[in-house]
Amino acid sequence: MNGIHDLGGMHGLGPIDAEVDEPVFHHEWERRILALALASGAMGKWNIDISRHARENQPPAQYLANSYYQTWLVGLEKLLLEAGLINAEELASGRSAKALPDDLAKRVLKADMVAEVLSRGGQFRMDDDVPAEFLLGDGVRVLNNHPAHHTRAPRYVRGHCGVVEQDHGVFVFADANAQGNKVPQHIYSVRFTAQELWGPDAAANDCVNVDLWDGHLEAAD
Amino acid sequence: MSAGHDHSHLSDTELRVRSLESLLVDKGMVDPAALDVLVQTYEEKIGPQNGARIVARAWAEPDFKTWLLADATAAIAEMGYHGRQGEHMNVVENTAQVHNLVVCTLCSCYPWPVLGLPPTWYKSAPFRSRAVIDPRGVLREFGTVLSGDVAVRVWDSTAELRYLVLPEQPKGCAGLGQNELAALVTRNAMIGVEKAAAPKRAGAA
Repeated sequence: MNGIHDLGGMHGLGPIDAEVDEPVFHHEWERRILALALASGAMGKWNIDISRHARENQPPAQYLANSYYQTWLVGLEKLLLEAGLINAEELASGRSAKALPDDLAKRVLKADMVAEVLSRGGQFRMDDDVPAEFLLGDGVRVLNNHPAHHTRAPRYVRGHCGVVEQDHGVFVFADANAQGNKVPQHIYSVRFTAQELWGPDAAANDCVNVDLWDGHLEAAD
Repeated sequence: MSAGHDHSHLSDTELRVRSLESLLVDKGMVDPAALDVLVQTYEEKIGPQNGARIVARAWAEPDFKTWLLADATAAIAEMGYHGRQGEHMNVVENTAQVHNLVVCTLCSCYPWPVLGLPPTWYKSAPFRSRAVIDPRGVLREFGTVLSGDVAVRVWDSTAELRYLVLPEQPKGCAGLGQNELAALVTRNAMIGVEKAAAPKRAGAA
């Protein structure tokens, strides 16, 4: 979606406010929402791309006004409601009206499972033997697509040409994964010159590398 | 701070988070003890000290550096760092000719196992918007001024690959052990907005 989250290349958003010796968390509620979001993921009702879309799909003014962890709260409430894990009345009251079904109760993340679950991480690479559509050194153009759903091709590279610099192998295609479909595709690190992206005023020797899937690219001369 | 029952001072966000936690605990969907372990893990155990050890070892051991640049995921896993938000790692090396900078313009992807949770500025709209269009201006805001003949390479973390910058080893490090070297490696240097700190030693140039 052409949302406000797709920030690359925008002007006017102000100076970077880098806090010196910043603590990991600024408020107790930030600790709790991080932990709630990670623990709720154990229900297996969404994947990382569905959760990214839940966070990015906000009215632009709200997205910009929210802190990172406020956006996590918005996203988690939405995911829980959409998955049917909670309903609106429960969310409003803070009380459970319906017990968790047995099959989900078995999935609850327990304290003694946390270290193992975090160290295992997510499964994004796929074993499928999918041929690469592009080879190292190939010229590629990012398709000028503007899907209304989640996509990991930022607007600032669409329609622009780059060179395949690295083939990372076969991964689940994020744009389809956000809609619950597992499609195996190669991911490439595509190198764009700064001048290709930003015009002749950009530094001649600078470049931007973006990780893109086969589904984002076409051959370029 | 005690967890009092007077909630009148709480913000709307705090109230929503408390209410959601109460609901999910009441439903049996989350285990309060697991929430505490999750917080403790990211607040106390996982942080940029992990990445600093990796960089220090790469500076001290050429074979490890070669492995790290060729297969970062395996080399980093061998040091015990792997898992959530660091499943697939790439390490990019700063040299006298090339300076690397990492961003996630679309959200805030960041290599958690080696750097911990991202700082607020990394997740902010000003950094995410400008890192790709004006990386030299962003670097100047962090006090990092590069000459025009140094190429800037920006890495936008749009997929499940996570990036760690291997900073240039500062001058004057001869004789330092890996713990002393790691102390020179800041989180910001491993994101690429700064260089590694010079060693503070009597007699150092």
